[in-house]
Amino acid sequence: MEKIKKVLVLGSGALKIGEAGEFDYSGSQALKALKEEGIVTVLINPNIATVQTSEEIADIIYYLPVTAFFVEKIIEKEKPEGILLAFGGQTALNCGIELFRTGILKKYNLKVLGTPVEAIIETEDREQFANLLHGIGIKTPKSIAVTSMEDALKAAETIGFPMIIRAAFTLGGQGSGFCNSMLELRQLTEKAFSYSSQVLVEESLKGWKEVEYEVVRDKYDNCLTVCNMENFDPLGIHTGESIVVAPSQTLTNSEYHKLRKISIEIVKRVGIVGECNVQYALDPHSEDYRVIEVNARLSRSSALASKATGYPLAFVAAKLGLGYGLHELKNSVTKTTPAFFEPALDYLVVKIPRWDLNKFHGVSKEIGSSMKSVGEVMAIGRSFEECIQKGLRMIGSGMHGFAANKELVVDDIESSLSNPTDTRIFVIGQAFKEGWTVEQVYEKTKIDRWFLAKLMHIHQLEMELAQFVSLDSLPTDILQEAKKAGFSDFQLVRLLFKSETMGQNDVDIFKIREFRKKHGIVPYVKQIDTLAAEYPAATNYLYLTYHGAEHDIEFENDNRSVIVLGSGAYRIGSSVEFDWSGVNALQTIEKSGYRSVMINYNPETVSTDYDVCNRLYFDELSLERVMDITELENPFGVIVSTGGQIPNNLAMRLHNQNIKLLGTSALSIDRAENRYKFSEMLDKIGVDQPKWRELTDMQGIFEFTEEVGYPVLIRPSYVLSGAAMNIVSNKSELQYFLDLATLVSKQYPVVVSKFMTDTKEIEMDAVADKGNIILYAISEHIEFAGVHSGDATIMFPPQKVYVETIRRIKKISRQIAEELNISGPFNIQFLAKDNDIKVIECNLRASRSLPFVSKVLKTNFIDYATRIMLGQTVEKPNKSLFDIDYIGVKAPQFSFSRLSKADPVLGVDMASTGEVGCLGDDYYEAILKAMLSVGYRIPKKNILISSGPMRSKTELLISANYLATNGYQLYATKGTHLFFLENNIPSILVNWPDVKESPNAYDMIRNKQIDLVINIPKDLTEEELDNDYTIRRASVDFNVPLITNARLASAFIYAISKYKMEDLKIKSWDEY
Amino acid sequence: MNKIIYRKARLILEDGITFEGKSFGHESSTAGEIVFNTAMTGYPESLTDPSYRGQIIVLTYPSIGNYGVPANTIQHDLSEFFESDQIHAKGLIISDYSESYNHWNASKSLGEWLKEEKIPALFGIDTRQLTKHIREHGCMLAKIVFDEDLPFDDPGLRNLVSEVSTNEKIVYGNGKFKIMLVDCGVKNNIIRYLLQSDTTVIRVPWDYRFQDEKFDGLFISNGPGDPVQCSETISNLKDALQADYPIFGICLGHQLLALASGASTYKLKFGHRSHNQPVIQVGTPHAYLTSQNHGYAVDNESIPDDWNAYFTNLNDNSNEGLKHSTKPWFTTQFHPEASSGPTDTSFLFGEFIGALEGYKGKKVLGE
Repeated sequence: MEKIKKVLVLGSGALKIGEAGEFDYSGSQALKALKEEGIVTVLINPNIATVQTSEEIADIIYYLPVTAFFVEKIIEKEKPEGILLAFGGQTALNCGIELFRTGILKKYNLKVLGTPVEAIIETEDREQFANLLHGIGIKTPKSIAVTSMEDALKAAETIGFPMIIRAAFTLGGQGSGFCNSMLELRQLTEKAFSYSSQVLVEESLKGWKEVEYEVVRDKYDNCLTVCNMENFDPLGIHTGESIVVAPSQTLTNSEYHKLRKISIEIVKRVGIVGECNVQYALDPHSEDYRVIEVNARLSRSSALASKATGYPLAFVAAKLGLGYGLHELKNSVTKTTPAFFEPALDYLVVKIPRWDLNKFHGVSKEIGSSMKSVGEVMAIGRSFEECIQKGLRMIGSGMHGFAANKELVVDDIESSLSNPTDTRIFVIGQAFKEGWTVEQVYEKTKIDRWFLAKLMHIHQLEMELAQFVSLDSLPTDILQEAKKAGFSDFQLVRLLFKSETMGQNDVDIFKIREFRKKHGIVPYVKQIDTLAAEYPAATNYLYLTYHGAEHDIEFENDNRSVIVLGSGAYRIGSSVEFDWSGVNALQTIEKSGYRSVMINYNPETVSTDYDVCNRLYFDELSLERVMDITELENPFGVIVSTGGQIPNNLAMRLHNQNIKLLGTSALSIDRAENRYKFSEMLDKIGVDQPKWRELTDMQGIFEFTEEVGYPVLIRPSYVLSGAAMNIVSNKSELQYFLDLATLVSKQYPVVVSKFMTDTKEIEMDAVADKGNIILYAISEHIEFAGVHSGDATIMFPPQKVYVETIRRIKKISRQIAEELNISGPFNIQFLAKDNDIKVIECNLRASRSLPFVSKVLKTNFIDYATRIMLGQTVEKPNKSLFDIDYIGVKAPQFSFSRLSKADPVLGVDMASTGEVGCLGDDYYEAILKAMLSVGYRIPKKNILISSGPMRSKTELLISANYLATNGYQLYATKGTHLFFLENNIPSILVNWPDVKESPNAYDMIRNKQIDLVINIPKDLTEEELDNDYTIRRASVDFNVPLITNARLASAFIYAISKYKMEDLKIKSWDEY
Repeated sequence: MNKIIYRKARLILEDGITFEGKSFGHESSTAGEIVFNTAMTGYPESLTDPSYRGQIIVLTYPSIGNYGVPANTIQHDLSEFFESDQIHAKGLIISDYSESYNHWNASKSLGEWLKEEKIPALFGIDTRQLTKHIREHGCMLAKIVFDEDLPFDDPGLRNLVSEVSTNEKIVYGNGKFKIMLVDCGVKNNIIRYLLQSDTTVIRVPWDYRFQDEKFDGLFISNGPGDPVQCSETISNLKDALQADYPIFGICLGHQLLALASGASTYKLKFGHRSHNQPVIQVGTPHAYLTSQNHGYAVDNESIPDDWNAYFTNLNDNSNEGLKHSTKPWFTTQFHPEASSGPTDTSFLFGEFIGALEGYKGKKVLGE
């Protein structure tokens, strides 16, 4: 094997729908595999919140966009010998293909490790690939590739309705969909062409089973399939949108191995070296099949397969890329047997997607061939019932499993079954309640009857349990069966104690718990060992099940375990940043000589990699399960402050059960989380805050609003990412949003506060020890208050804040830290207008911005926080934000293009799915790098501006002038055009979309005549003019960069006026 | 749907360990040797595999019965979906049972089939705990007990092969190459594979004296139990080793040929029964995943000089096949015919047919 010394790894950038945390996991594994070989690794990834962009994972890190332009510059500078393209999703792969096509790889003599680029290209062009498969006798769906609308219509005649339209070369089914009529065909095809010059018209295989295989191959042609997976939802729903089961459940041996064999034939033919995913449609009435997709890279499914089996696909794939054979590598779980084997599972896993469609205005709830989900969970158990109920709780959408949920109001069950939405599985539950049979539900859904029979079993158990009126009358056999079928103690409370309000406090739950324990009905801890117990394995990868009678591990009872609660499913407002925090906490725990224990269930994460902790419980973050685990582990303590809001919400309940929490006390957490208590506390210590009042009755609140004046901000206690939080500008809106808010959280009151316009938002991230601040970072939002902090563009250190403001913020933070006796991480959000400072929120946990400020400051806040929580004495670092002479900018990544019809505006409700953080020598360099990293492009010539209300018109004036003088052609809608005229800025008037006269804004965007759209909404409510919506949506649909905030637009324009691409410095993290 | 009430019964191991489970098969007590299989698919194939004769199978995959059981349709004189005409296992132990099944080729539930075939089966047992126990203490005797107790029964003490082998000569196909197939408990899929080429397969009983008949190649099948029980077969094979025609042996057939050539066999602690046994072709970097079901193995140290190890198990380095240094003779411990399991090594049937071609060509030239 020739020895390679330096390797470049391409990351996947910001998290977006279809490309999320799984690539942090894959990349981290690959980097680890290289590091083990003594290879110097260079990583390009602007996603600063990831684990892979942390110290000790990669050697040299560039927080720069993963585009050919920047990658070439880095290659030129770093002179690596090899490059890995398969670990950063479609982003890295597309970049790799471009590097190949433009001859850059050749120019720098850079060797692609793993699958050759030619082979990747072969798999990416659908027609070419279909022909290749046909050449070895493998079937694909009837498909015709076209490059014009005319040819598409012609192809449709051959294929026949229903059919599917797909855009070639896109991620996660972007620009794809089913169509049943000529009209739908025209619409979809047009959209697909906006994503790709090649569009596929294909036969529809609706109702067929969808099955996929994860295959690896080494350079010796040794091949194996690590795992197969079966979609619960039949073909037609993107695999990222489907409930997925591993291994397959309804396939006979003959079907399983027929598809396995074909997978291997494909992988051998293509010449994969590393990992590949093959997806099939399988006829439910015969062994007929079609290959529907091949991904010649690590994928969402491969991350899931790794977690489902314990087989580290990315790690192994990286080693294969270096030239190892599978038989030469060891099974990382058993450490004795080779990596050349196929895991045998003695459990099953169910993956369920997490959607956040409620966060978006106007988006369709229907799910289909393109991806909309923002996260996923994986449930492990020893029966399908156990897994599905666990999983439905894990997704955190307010459901308690498949049964014992609040009544679901379904207008039309029949249509809700045949037109799947994000809640279809609950519609199935409702159908059963209304007397539908498995057969009837099958007819509407085509979901395999086996799955439906399992759901029916849960439903029948629910009915059976509901017949008992007390615990004492409940036969233990039935209780045992219910627990095996995944019923939680909470569900049992609901069913046995009857009242809707039952279970709102934990007393009832503990009645069930005690009763169970008295009768010996308890869960057992089992290991995932890859070989179904055939070989002994000292693994730390664990789950709990009621289908067991003995624990696989022994508990030391030595009080040395420290349990870290993870962050659960990625969702809008909680994603990779909490994974980073959790992983860093685990590292410090281990370094401090404790046993690090993680509880989490998100397969996309690094924290659920059994390598990062001493013990991983891949299980629920419910009170019941955390209690099960703490009772067995008897830990030194539990950390609830690094996993975001889910563990934070458990703090008080765990505290009430005498579970020792490390760090800030649960009572303090409650004082900060409960807005009423928090506001009261601020009043007590004399800290200013926006005028607020707790909502008890409507009348009072209307009176309060009259008193302080509109707009007001309304929000319930205990929320994350602004759910049900809204700014309202008039009385009717207030009425409407209050109704919504009370639906979200009944337990806690609603708080109304005065909303301040044109106000800066400033964040304090800090770590304190017994109320004494040890280190802190203050950062500044570019947008004014009103844009959710998760959607805001943030700079650190702050650039445009008065020294006096900073002084006051520090003082207030000290007061709060002291009052709440904080030990650990916390975050405070401030409003600042002139030097008037108000506190709006305080979280006694790690915040979203913690990895960003940690990395910019090169000081690991979590490490400090964890040491404090473990009771160690820490010294204040001697570095502060005033010492650094560069700037970090964090910018949000939106996924509106995935969310058909959603209005891409920003508000108090968070909408971004990910973020990046880039460094620059000055503010403008950093912001430009950051915005380029989330998909903005420096416009070539034409910019369309609708500048909204007067204050944003004014805000944009200077920057518009810059653009004009720099040779840009401005196009403006009516009001803006007139305003520009008055101010002597040249612009061309463009008609609103509904004016059927040329030039028309919509047409110009569609025809790609516009390089950048700046569209500022008129006000902050969802009442938006159709025209503005049409412009914004067209920008998203036709892939034209869009900015909807005047201050951000100004910042971007200043930046592009000051910097050209060539001027941006190629500096790695350690060079700052 | 009415709730099914399952009768409780016990699984008692030789060392006294007892599990309580619920019956979904025939309600009668039974005894045999308990073994575990880690395959995730293929319960109809496993249950009808003659190599499981006398054994109670523990399936480690927890959810069983999902796709029901196909009807016993016959194609080319062989059962289409099963590996023999009956269930050979003495009992089945699983964790979670699906009475509701769904598959286009299913005709009944697994429970219904087991009842028809009078095979007891229990679910609701911690099969992982049970498997670990067997792994640590080795294969042992066990019994499934309803009301009436019964003594343990060691199948290793009798000639199981005689119980599963054909009683009479059966001829399949009418092709160019005549293959003498010694049936020690042959799986149908071996015959299906052999018939894919231009062959006539002559299936004969395990102790049949084939030496006096004319054929182009000899095949020795898989089968249950301790190979040393088949002294008649071994003695016939010693004669075959004096001839020149190609020989291919699978599993028990491999062990018998090894014994005939002078090697020795031993009993593995808990055997290999799974779909994921990795083997490497000796002297090459080529590795394959194989389906296996055996409790005995050929001792690597005892391989005679004119034979070489053909394949080796990558997990425990046990012998997985033999190849003669000069003659067209080779064997595998694993099952290239799969069913159930991966089909990676089915090319070995092609190799055998190739050997037949070579032999026959030489014979024609010679004549």
